[in-house]
Amino acid sequence: MYGFEPSQEQQMLVDSVRRYATNDLRLAAHEADESGEFPHSVIRKGWELGVLQASIPEAYGGFGERSAVTGALAAEVLGWGDLAGALAVMAPGLFALPILSAGTEAQKLEHLPALAEGDWQPVTSAFIEQAFDFHPGQMRTAAEKSSDGFVITGEKACVPFADRAERTVVYAGVDGTPQGFLIPKGAEGYQICERERLMGIGGVPTFRIRLDKVHVPGSARLGGADGHDFAPILAASQVAVAALGVGLSQAAYDYSLAYAKDREAFGVPIAQKQVIAFMLAEMITEIEASRLMVWEAAWLMDAGHDASKAAYLALVSVSDAAMMVTDRAVQILGGHGYIREHPVELWMRNGRGIPAFAGLAIV
Amino acid sequence: MISFEMPETLSKTVVMMGSVAENMMRPVSRRYDDQEHEIPWDFISFMHEAMKAMGAGSLAPDRGVRKEGPRLGYQRLAFMIECLSWGDAGLYLCTPGGGLGAAAVEASGTPEQKERFLKRFSGDKPAFACMAMTEPQAGSDTAAIRTTAVRDGDEWVLNGEKIFVTAGHKSLVDTPGFVVVWATIDPAAGRAGMRPFVVEAGTPGCSVTKLEHKLGIRSSDTASVVLQDCRIPFDSILGSPEVETVTQKGFKKAMATFDATRPLVAASALGVARATVELLKELLDQQGIEIRYGLPRSLLTNLEREVIEMEVMLRSAWLLVLKAVWLADEHKPNTLEASMSKVKAGDVVTKITQRAVELMGPLGYSRDLLLEKWFRDAKINDIFEGTGQINRLIVARRILNYSSKELR
Repeated sequence: MYGFEPSQEQQMLVDSVRRYATNDLRLAAHEADESGEFPHSVIRKGWELGVLQASIPEAYGGFGERSAVTGALAAEVLGWGDLAGALAVMAPGLFALPILSAGTEAQKLEHLPALAEGDWQPVTSAFIEQAFDFHPGQMRTAAEKSSDGFVITGEKACVPFADRAERTVVYAGVDGTPQGFLIPKGAEGYQICERERLMGIGGVPTFRIRLDKVHVPGSARLGGADGHDFAPILAASQVAVAALGVGLSQAAYDYSLAYAKDREAFGVPIAQKQVIAFMLAEMITEIEASRLMVWEAAWLMDAGHDASKAAYLALVSVSDAAMMVTDRAVQILGGHGYIREHPVELWMRNGRGIPAFAGLAIV
Repeated sequence: MISFEMPETLSKTVVMMGSVAENMMRPVSRRYDDQEHEIPWDFISFMHEAMKAMGAGSLAPDRGVRKEGPRLGYQRLAFMIECLSWGDAGLYLCTPGGGLGAAAVEASGTPEQKERFLKRFSGDKPAFACMAMTEPQAGSDTAAIRTTAVRDGDEWVLNGEKIFVTAGHKSLVDTPGFVVVWATIDPAAGRAGMRPFVVEAGTPGCSVTKLEHKLGIRSSDTASVVLQDCRIPFDSILGSPEVETVTQKGFKKAMATFDATRPLVAASALGVARATVELLKELLDQQGIEIRYGLPRSLLTNLEREVIEMEVMLRSAWLLVLKAVWLADEHKPNTLEASMSKVKAGDVVTKITQRAVELMGPLGYSRDLLLEKWFRDAKINDIFEGTGQINRLIVARRILNYSSKELR
């Protein structure tokens, strides 16, 4: 059966996330983008919504089951609140969810309960690399087999909270196949570089890290000796970033629609001009179309199907929609759209990052 | 619940219709494009028997289909229409059964009217029905329609001229079908006075006067219908015979037809789009060109970018259609979703077919392949059943909560 309505349980979660996104994230977003960080209280409150905890089974300290659809619904609303704030709140998932889906029993028991039962913690993952042609399937960071484990060498970019993360999942190629490695802060040769300066997502601190022959034991490999399948992790990340992008687009659309009904020109609200009204009609059509792509990819994951292609196409779809929608939102506000007092220019800067952000969030 | 699990019964429909499209439509696709106005009787007769065998007497939702279990009528129709249009969009429009005419009766007719008008589609002989809205001086601006319906005792007397009536000839001349004619019962009332009327084949005063020659969908006839003192029974009006100027209730109920039919027209568009993407990929594959998914755009070839973008457009548009028909089956309001799906599908099918012809160069332009035909067939989807612009207007009014006066 087809279905296009969240379950009651999902709707309750979405409603509570929306309250948080409206009352906390949205209000703090501008200041965080300018100052470079969200107040810890805002991030902690987001953590206390329990989105990640509800994805982790009781056996590992959580109180639910992982669902990509539910995760995508929550991510969309967080992304609607603010993308940087959403990435900050969701950051522990970058560490926890790959362990949950691909880790050994020992890895799960070691890391998940402490995470799920505690406060928001800065644990993270290092995924992206600084190259125009970076793509997750072919990472330049390499893990060479050694007598007792692996030696990892390379550089990573856009690592959220790397400066304070006690543990990080670092992705590196083993014979060309991306694999996750659990690396503690302070490992020899593991160097955290200066904070990055990016066009957007200013509210979440991200860092480059350099790995210079970092020795890790075989047990640090996600999934143990045989490693793990990377494809589901990539797909879950593409779905997460796509869902965030839908939320961001919806935010820009909502804001510019309200503005267009309020702002008058030539004696009428500009929304009464077809040239503006049609822009908005196309914006919502693209948002809704790409949202359904995200839902379908997430559903495929939950149903145990191969979601790789669907997740990729969903992210392509959202990438284009987010750029189109945020650009038009700025355009509808005209000169005001270009001023940082209004949030649309921030959404436009954030929107451009969506195609590059796979690896920055996961559901 | 959010689910994309295709019901098994729909999978069976898709297999069956896919086979019809491949075996009964594709082989004659070029012929009926070349021979405009030749009636594809073999296809019509086959489809009539096939639909009867399926238990669905017409291409109208839920007729003859089992009433137990979830309602899938509009979803089934969307899948059927997509498959048949993959075969040939013009021939699909030659599928006997109610088409848009029956959909109008289904959406706004009384139970008695449904019985009276729709029974014919499960008879021994094929029958058609059609919808007549456009007039020489009134297309998208339906409030400017001049055809009048004047009550005379227990009859309505219709006068006016309709153009661009899809399957008008088949409905009124070739088979014992009917046309749903939009006319005003009170010219002073504007939109509030607009009503659909059912005029059956053979009614004196109703005649087909012209067949158009078109860019595409040539196997589907596009007729002009003239009504001259055409008398029909009083209860052939769909919706209320009263004019409610304030609420426009009668008009709005009648317009509900389009909430049902727009996603179906979108489904037809996407059948053509899917045919195009599939053939394009097949042709590229024959040349040893593989489409690599999962790469960032900077690493894709132009052909890969084009194909991937087509797949995104096609799938996302189809999901909009699916949601719109699902809402219809759930008896939930879907005006916004119906128009969004139509906007998107109209855009997608024109873009995909236009690019496919370009990408295939001389092959695309040649009538050796069907790409050029699909390019021509595609464009109608951005025009009929509400142009892309009219559907944008509907979407815009909905999201802005504007009346037709506030957003003209």
